[in-house]
Amino acid sequence: MRDPVLTFTDRGIYCPAGDFFIDPWRPVDRALITHGHADHARSGHARYLATHAAGPVMRHRLGEIVIEGADYGETLRLGDAIVSFHPAGHIPGSAQIRVEVGGEVWVVSGDYKLLDDGLSEPFEPVRCHTFISECTFGLPVFKWTAQEVVARDLNDWWRGCVAEGRTAILGAYSLGKAQRLMRMLDAEIGPILTHGAVEGTNRVLRDQGLSLPDTVPVTPETKIKDHPGALVLAPPAALGSAWARRFGPASTGFASGWMRLRGVRRRRAADRGFVISDHADWPGLLQAITDTGAENVYVTHGYTDIFARWLNDRGWNAKVLPTEFGGDEDEAEAAA
Amino acid sequence: MKDFAQLITTIDQTTKTSLKTKALAEYFTRAPDDDKLWTIALFSGRRPKRAVNTTQLREWAAERAGLPLWLLEESYPIVGDLAETIALILPKAEGSSDRSLTHWINFLRALSQAPQEDRKPQILAAWDELDDTERFLFNKLITGGWRIGVSQKLMTRALAEATGQDEASLAHRLMGGWTPDDVSYHNLIEAEDKAADLSRPYPFYLAYQLADGPDPLGDPGDWQAEWKWDGIRGQLILRMGEHHVWSRGEELMTDRFPELARARDFLPDGTVLDGEIVAWDGTQPLPFNTLQKRIGRKTVPKKLLTEAPVILLAYDLLEADGKDLRDTPLRDRRAALKKLIDPLPADAPLRVSEAIDFADWEALAQTRATARDRRAEGLMLKRLDSPYLAGRKKGDWWKWKLDPLTIDAVMIYAQQGHGRRANLFTDFTFAVWDGDALVPFTKAYSGLTDAEFGKITAWVRKNTQQRFGPVRQVTPHHVFEIAFEGIQESPRHKSGVALRFPRMSRWRHDKPLAEANTLDDLKAILSAYG
Ligand SMILES: [Zn+2]
Ligand SMILES: [Zn+2]
Repeated sequence: MRDPVLTFTDRGIYCPAGDFFIDPWRPVDRALITHGHADHARSGHARYLATHAAGPVMRHRLGEIVIEGADYGETLRLGDAIVSFHPAGHIPGSAQIRVEVGGEVWVVSGDYKLLDDGLSEPFEPVRCHTFISECTFGLPVFKWTAQEVVARDLNDWWRGCVAEGRTAILGAYSLGKAQRLMRMLDAEIGPILTHGAVEGTNRVLRDQGLSLPDTVPVTPETKIKDHPGALVLAPPAALGSAWARRFGPASTGFASGWMRLRGVRRRRAADRGFVISDHADWPGLLQAITDTGAENVYVTHGYTDIFARWLNDRGWNAKVLPTEFGGDEDEAEAAA
Repeated sequence: MKDFAQLITTIDQTTKTSLKTKALAEYFTRAPDDDKLWTIALFSGRRPKRAVNTTQLREWAAERAGLPLWLLEESYPIVGDLAETIALILPKAEGSSDRSLTHWINFLRALSQAPQEDRKPQILAAWDELDDTERFLFNKLITGGWRIGVSQKLMTRALAEATGQDEASLAHRLMGGWTPDDVSYHNLIEAEDKAADLSRPYPFYLAYQLADGPDPLGDPGDWQAEWKWDGIRGQLILRMGEHHVWSRGEELMTDRFPELARARDFLPDGTVLDGEIVAWDGTQPLPFNTLQKRIGRKTVPKKLLTEAPVILLAYDLLEADGKDLRDTPLRDRRAALKKLIDPLPADAPLRVSEAIDFADWEALAQTRATARDRRAEGLMLKRLDSPYLAGRKKGDWWKWKLDPLTIDAVMIYAQQGHGRRANLFTDFTFAVWDGDALVPFTKAYSGLTDAEFGKITAWVRKNTQQRFGPVRQVTPHHVFEIAFEGIQESPRHKSGVALRFPRMSRWRHDKPLAEANTLDDLKAILSAYG
């Protein structure tokens, strides 16, 4: 019997035919990376391969690395494997990785969402025999609201803050979510101030040609009274910290898929929770999996046991993929 | 219900008590009387009679959502609330409506009288005209359990703001056995109080824990010390030839403790006592687990009445000859209490909880150290000239509890939390060493900060050895100090012991696995304090 297209090792997902790993969590010789989030792109690998669009952020976060770039859809031959990257819609540059060996096709989804956020390359379904899917929000209670509706709520909240003389401080993950939110904000309301972590990513993305609204980086000299009506974008950990105190009376908002749950909303102790996620919701997961035409599904991240059982009920051959991931961005948001 | 939903959303969206109070006060100013009355009822633990049971509700919701029932059942513990789970899985409503809170309550009450086969289509139709928040609230009306961050106290304050009435007298009006069926908003809140329900207790005076010992309290001569008994705090009310027993949680417990009915034979009408209900062996309290057999039983079998008889250890006299004594200094209330109860025969179900003589704070500290032998949790310190206040107040009354017992234990199983902590591992099983084996002896859920729960969650994900449904067996590695209030023998537990109020008091990063405590250590605590 020949090897499966991909195998699961203690270093991560491995392709024996092509001798490479996908999003490995321990140092390897050759790592194919779905996207730049910390739980997928780790340091210490000898060689990296990712989309051209993902490269700059990875360099920004991981420092000097040996990285090759690929275009979306470009076919690469690695050993006996044929490999290509396809848009995952998760964050700019994010990809699903297609691996074909001897006519059998497997796809590793990385993180993905179906909704076109106007910023990331929109998700494209890829036909395959076996699909390795994330399921961070793999419960039927997770259903996202349309982006326009969230945008309206967000801007209403900001306007309300301006009217009450409060600074709006919005917590969001600094790569992807923050830039998506920036584009949802109504620049007429006031200036957008950014935390260094957010601005660092902004700079990288602007340099590679993405259009983002103007922002004002917060420095130790920044005085909030020079920026009336401001909204501050910061990573979740900065909310409630000494850093946030300089903005005077404030209302805090928080943007994450977890905000769908009232309990989590209340634990975050933010004034407002906005349900907005860069992961697929329940209907999205089901649609993505259906569209691949795959018979076999491995699920990872999130409520994997429940989601796999449900897929099995519905006729898929589904299994839980054991992973060692530390702090997916959305989990980190909720746990932070 | 849009108004009510807006209120709940506003309350949910802020963590500041002042803003919650403001939102509620505004609602009380503008809502119609019947909605106000129901809002007060809901926030004080009253709800309409259950029209459909939760099993039906789950089945109908799963069917409407096109999901297998098990999937709803698996989602529920993660969301932490059935009403919310159902609201979230249902498909988007087709229609919308703006009927009042009272309309929906009456709808549910009518439904409880309707034939079974009519109930499902009516519930489905209701779901289809309510948005997410309204649906959640509608389901809440059925399932009950309003944990929405509004305590009765907060509600009372908002009501006081909205009506201009005194908060304490409103609190008194809201106590007792009223329902929205037998009282109107006007009669409950606005009318003169003389028709007040005679069963009503006074709001309990609650004490804070003394943080740094009694020295800052000044002259010991100004203070009364008593044991803090480990029972159920209660008020015994004798008025108009009847008696009523209330718990501190404002639950009417009269029928649970029939022994206390005999108080009527010994005490005059117009008497209200504050005290502790304890199981009694004739001279001292029995262990709490004896009393525990009585808790939760609405009627008491004869056998239990002889095995675990209760009495009231009276702390305070709040009313005598129908007169409210709460503004009288404790010193005088105490004297009146003793005069009333000390002469009673030994078979009366009443004793005065005696004050403790002490010369100075140091001597009192030594007495406190013996509390466990007395089956007490520690001491109470009350200023002799203090009035009986309402609610938790700092200054005149303090509890000075014993430090908890502790043991260092190894975490061996972890399970995900729910509600607020749905995506964290928060429920853990702990073990002690028995030779080379780890014997599980307790679970604990609380005591860590959110940041610590976050850390341990990441660790559990990486160190799962095996899964048993939702339970994960983890690599034995982390040692935690487990604090608890009591220990008793328990044949049901593998370790042979059961703890009272166990919680994680410290994450012992400093402690190697091998230095966690042993089963013998645990048994030594059992023989000393069990
Ligand atoms: Zn990601
Ligand atoms: Zn991820």
